[in-house]
Amino acid sequence: MRFKRYSVLPGFGLSLGYTVVYLSLIVLLPLSALVVKTSQLSWRQFVDAVTDPFALAAYRISFGASFVAAIANAGIGLLVAWVLVRYEFTGKRLIDAMVDLPFALPTAVAGITLASLYSANGWIGRLLTPMGIHVTETPLGIIIALTFIGLPFVVRTVQPVLQDLDPEVEEAAGSLGAGRWRTFRHVIFPEIFPALLTGFSLAFARAVGEYGSVIFIAGNRPMHTEIAPLLIVKKLDEYQYSSAAAIAVVMLAASFTLLLLISFIQRWSASGGLKP
Amino acid sequence: MNALRNVSFVGLLLITPLTVLVGCGDRNDSKKQTASSGEPVKILNVSYDPTRELYKQINELFAADWKTKNGPVVTIDQSHGGSGKQARAVIDGLQADVVTLGLANDIDALHEHGDLVAANWQERLPNNATPFDSTIVFIVRKGNPKNIKDWDDLAKDGISVIVPNPKTSGGARWAYLAAYGATLKKSGNDDAQARAYITRLYHNVPVLDSGARGSTVTFAKREVGDVLLGWENEAYLAQQEFGKDKFEIIYPPLSILAEPPVSVVDKVADKRGTRKVAEAYLAFLYTDAAQEVAAKNYYRPTVESVAKQYAGQFPKIDTFTVKEVFGGWQNAQKTHFADGGVFDQIYKPK
Repeated sequence: MRFKRYSVLPGFGLSLGYTVVYLSLIVLLPLSALVVKTSQLSWRQFVDAVTDPFALAAYRISFGASFVAAIANAGIGLLVAWVLVRYEFTGKRLIDAMVDLPFALPTAVAGITLASLYSANGWIGRLLTPMGIHVTETPLGIIIALTFIGLPFVVRTVQPVLQDLDPEVEEAAGSLGAGRWRTFRHVIFPEIFPALLTGFSLAFARAVGEYGSVIFIAGNRPMHTEIAPLLIVKKLDEYQYSSAAAIAVVMLAASFTLLLLISFIQRWSASGGLKP
Repeated sequence: MNALRNVSFVGLLLITPLTVLVGCGDRNDSKKQTASSGEPVKILNVSYDPTRELYKQINELFAADWKTKNGPVVTIDQSHGGSGKQARAVIDGLQADVVTLGLANDIDALHEHGDLVAANWQERLPNNATPFDSTIVFIVRKGNPKNIKDWDDLAKDGISVIVPNPKTSGGARWAYLAAYGATLKKSGNDDAQARAYITRLYHNVPVLDSGARGSTVTFAKREVGDVLLGWENEAYLAQQEFGKDKFEIIYPPLSILAEPPVSVVDKVADKRGTRKVAEAYLAFLYTDAAQEVAAKNYYRPTVESVAKQYAGQFPKIDTFTVKEVFGGWQNAQKTHFADGGVFDQIYKPK
């Protein structure tokens, strides 16, 4: 392979060099340490550690709840972004700033707050419990916590794209006879879909790794409400460093595959896959 | 050749920040402290969660005592957290001169992983290296509306029990063993019966928090559950903090003798040259002064004279030790809390 001899932009070597350095130091080095730790296990031990019923249940809960939360965020986030871009109203700046709060709030604080709001005698829990809806100590609680921490990702990725979308394009679609739904489905949606997907995958990835806010609301019972990151912490507490690392490697591989898949869908849709 | 140049450039860039980073590493380790030279000494006591207030008070007393006897100023830094987590931090390199943890198993781990502590650590200090002990009690809501008196009551239908996860909390391991052991003793060592009991008990647990404080918050603040299982000292602390009018402490007729032990971390103390002061610090825990502080913080003193003095504060209950019922911590750990152990069986799908 040969590097390009001339480039319009100078400094390719320098910038690539630094990119490689920082990626290595900050991402690759810890990840390879993880793999090294895992390699202390024999293949048999590795398989046993990662296919243990508790581990399988934890993946199911972590990935399942994260997926549902990310879907919910894609919907709510799109709506929030839409409202913030398309309408003018008093307090808009305030709401805009509030969207970022889940980023800034320590996750433990979020978890404790949500847990006390939704517990049987909390403000919201008091209303839900008579209806037979139990949030705390159930998977629903996990989904709510993960939705909370993931919301800004979708809003912040979709918002700029919506902002750049020229209203004239919609007017043109309207004047050509497209109804509102058709305009949305065939004109607006294909434009924002790649950004929405990015937001979705960021929210999803964040949720898979989330620990702080979930453990306060989840109940943490093995097989029922135990998320994979908690299982890893538990393994560490038992000095089982290698099997903790093994579960982490599986989580990592699964997340990476999913993110890769999403980026393929994104490329496909950006190149006009969704357009009629 | 341009490609080659680019590659070596990248390589150079890789190396430069690395060397800088390495150069920034902590060099404090290489400076040995000598306890006898009259220079100020600093030691670190790595402890478990609820001992924060206790050691703060003891440390002040010890520093004053050390100064009058030996001269140099000694400062004791404290670090607190779940017992298992703290042990892991020490294994991972936290420079603890002494550890004062929630259960013997966590100090055994310091011996097993990295040989940080000598194998015979528990024989080096009186009373299995336990300066003060405690027990596991029930905390119920005022008036004891569900009439919870004994271990059997916890496994009844419709009772909600709050206790942390024994895999992550030392106190929860004591609570689990207290429940299991009490049933074992009552049923005449019928293991099957004890297992059935413990399974029913944990199916009454809606939340497994990771530590004692988490469970206290769940029970007291979020008002989840009918009964909280915990350290005796934590129970009194919770009562003080959340109001005596809200909770009652119930002593079961039989409970476990919880022994949170202490040890010098040999490898660290020898490396830092702090062995003398570290050993003196632990010996100080057995003095009347320290024992009294412990009693005031609701830990049961083990020194006879002080124990007698504070006898009125601690209701007398029958206790059993881990050694006599479970054959020691290592056994208990292997049978009950290790992967696939009895605790895992409780949750394993049939």
